Amino acid sequence: MLDDLRVLDLADGSGSMCGRILADLGADVIKLEPPGGDAARREPPYASDVPDADRSLTWFAANLNKRGITLDLETDTGRALFKRLVQTADVVIQTPVSERSLDYEELSEINPRLILATLTPYGLEGPLADCAASDLEVTASSGCLWLSGETGRPPVRTSVPQSPAWTGMYAAAGVLMAVLARQQTGRGQQVDVSAQAAMLTATSQAPIFWDLLGEEQHRSGPFLVGRSVTGARFRNVWPCRDGYVTFALYGGQAGRDTGRALVAWMNEVLPDGAPDLLRTLDWDALDVATCAQEVVEQIEAAVAPFFLGLSKAEFFDGVSARNMLGYPLSTVDEMAGDAQLASRGFWQAIDTPWGGELCLPGSFALFDGERPPLRRRAPRAGEHNLEVLGEQLGLGVDDVATLRSAGVV
Amino acid sequence: MTSALAGTRVVELGGYAAGPVVGKYLANYGADVIRIESRRRLDGFRTHYPPFQHNVPGVERAGIFSYFNDGKRSITLNLKTERGQKLARQLIERSDVVVENFTPGTMERLGLGFAGLIELNPCLVMLSTCNQGQTGPRAAQPGFGSQLTALSGFTHLLGEPDRTPVLLYGPYIDYIAVGYGTIAVLAALAQRRRTGRGVHIDLSQYEAGLQFLAPAMLDYFANGRVASRQANRHPSAAPHGVYACRGEERWCALSIWTDAEWRSFVSAIGAPAWALYERFNTVLGRKAHEVELDAHIGEWTRDRSREEVVAVLRERGLRVAAVSSMADLFADPQLTLYAWRVVEHPVLGRVHVMAPPFLLRETPPQVGRAAPLLGEHTREILHDVLGLKDTEISALQAEGVLD
Repeated sequence: MLDDLRVLDLADGSGSMCGRILADLGADVIKLEPPGGDAARREPPYASDVPDADRSLTWFAANLNKRGITLDLETDTGRALFKRLVQTADVVIQTPVSERSLDYEELSEINPRLILATLTPYGLEGPLADCAASDLEVTASSGCLWLSGETGRPPVRTSVPQSPAWTGMYAAAGVLMAVLARQQTGRGQQVDVSAQAAMLTATSQAPIFWDLLGEEQHRSGPFLVGRSVTGARFRNVWPCRDGYVTFALYGGQAGRDTGRALVAWMNEVLPDGAPDLLRTLDWDALDVATCAQEVVEQIEAAVAPFFLGLSKAEFFDGVSARNMLGYPLSTVDEMAGDAQLASRGFWQAIDTPWGGELCLPGSFALFDGERPPLRRRAPRAGEHNLEVLGEQLGLGVDDVATLRSAGVV
Repeated sequence: MTSALAGTRVVELGGYAAGPVVGKYLANYGADVIRIESRRRLDGFRTHYPPFQHNVPGVERAGIFSYFNDGKRSITLNLKTERGQKLARQLIERSDVVVENFTPGTMERLGLGFAGLIELNPCLVMLSTCNQGQTGPRAAQPGFGSQLTALSGFTHLLGEPDRTPVLLYGPYIDYIAVGYGTIAVLAALAQRRRTGRGVHIDLSQYEAGLQFLAPAMLDYFANGRVASRQANRHPSAAPHGVYACRGEERWCALSIWTDAEWRSFVSAIGAPAWALYERFNTVLGRKAHEVELDAHIGEWTRDRSREEVVAVLRERGLRVAAVSSMADLFADPQLTLYAWRVVEHPVLGRVHVMAPPFLLRETPPQVGRAAPLLGEHTREILHDVLGLKDTEISALQAEGVLD
């Protein structure tokens, strides 16, 4: 789809996802690393747990479908070559807190159609413009950290860093919006993406409780909050025989249908049937937006023993067969074997620098029923120096060898 | 000033977050977004989700609807009637984009399947975003994002290692799908302006979510490792955690990534005796004694205000941040620049909405129009877009087509 878009990707680990998304959509994305490679190549986990610049799985996932060159932007020759690359590029992606900041005005003089996407923890303006932050601090500043964890214990973050994905994703949206603006104005522009603001979008409606009612939302462990005007909380993570499942009392048609189907299921498989409380419950009258904590707890206490007797797989089969709302808490091995993902060709295989093929998530959507293919594995540092500098700048083998011996590439 | 999407018309059907927030971002960047609603099937975000103004539920009192639908117009059409369906098709014929997030099969039942629509409008871009995709054995299964977040592995990865997993607030995965849905629509529009071709986008929220867990999936496929929750720990940074500061529910998050940063940290906190222990000099040593390390740091933070901790460490260029509460978010000068905008809502009054989290410098988003009331623009849209006369509109109303 984006076959005519050329992207120079200077981003570190906090922003590589942006180029990955554009590359998945067909853009020619050239990863530009300093000689010796991007520091994010040192991000664990590694393939076979061998720490090596080509084996970081986080790096590998974020740089699929890209070509790779090395260029030392601290040298005059390197900067001159970069400016020549900018002449024919549509987009430059940068994460300037860890790198020298590129001046948009300067680049724009070289190529007025250039779009410069700048990804920083807090944005390019304001008191924290130059402030460094990793995933943990961005998550803290966005409000997401505040909302997760148990009451009386410290807030917690997701164990796979999320902010680089949020930031890279919204930077890709910004780049494409700028491409559309350019189709109207003929000019490129700078796209300013704050990781904090990108992740704020994941707090859902929690901030609005403060805005509208002056009420603070609090982390509540495995319970759903913010669903009832009475402040009632609803259990959402339930222990089962071999792990956990998710289930909740919901309003609306689907929620009522789920409640009734649960009672029918219990009647079907339990020797004594569903407990009286559930059997006599008027699901149409149960309004989760207004019901009291006490009522919620009575219903939940009647349901809990049933789930405890089921395995995750039994639970999932049961809810699927009855069109109920509810899922197991999956682990990665379970998702790897999930028939739904397999039927849509989600997992794709690609060759690796360490030998053999690796299965991984394919691109994010189907277009007219087709998933854009994975075209190439993540590059080794400088793997396409000759190819890219040759095709873009007309440099030959000897020129690139000279640059290499001068340490520029 | 030109907006990126000036002259682009979007028709939006569905509810909750996954479709409508895509429409919001498109509206903020200049598209005319027409939200088709119905009194017979109200958006759950208008009816079922607090907060409501003064804590009293009501179709026009829902904060969450206002928060995610600013900049749009609303028309009510009863899509259970043939006339209502025809009006929807006519609107789509005159539009560039359709965004819908019904359960698969619903659009076909409403006479609005892509195959028919592309006949009417050959360059139509349609985003169908749903729980698990338009195809596959579980395509038709109903579901909410707050639970899908569990099926797609996130919940298992959140919490303390030896305790029950905890929840990500709200339908986390819906918001991931919002970003990818926005990207897909914009890419399709960019392609269409070059080739004139329309496209149907099938976005599974489950698959969109898994993009955010790719490192853990690769760790499984390459190494057979099944990732689990680690509280706030990181495999190669220590300290890397959240510490209580002075006061109630005052926390700070901080992380140290190199031994040089550690030395800077030690000096910043006044080099107490424990911080000079040799075992803390290297990252391997700090990782090996992380429980002890966290306890010492917690002792240092607990007598200090959150602001002091942040100021002392930031002065040295270290990574540290207050754990912002919802109230804190509204007082944050960065978010005032990068997120918060105020709109005047006819029922709710002055309320905050979010700017799209990608700011174009030359053609910035235009945020200023509050979310529409139910059917607020029905007449206007039928008149301006479809050219209907007042008498025709009144007749439709009398027949219940505009319910």
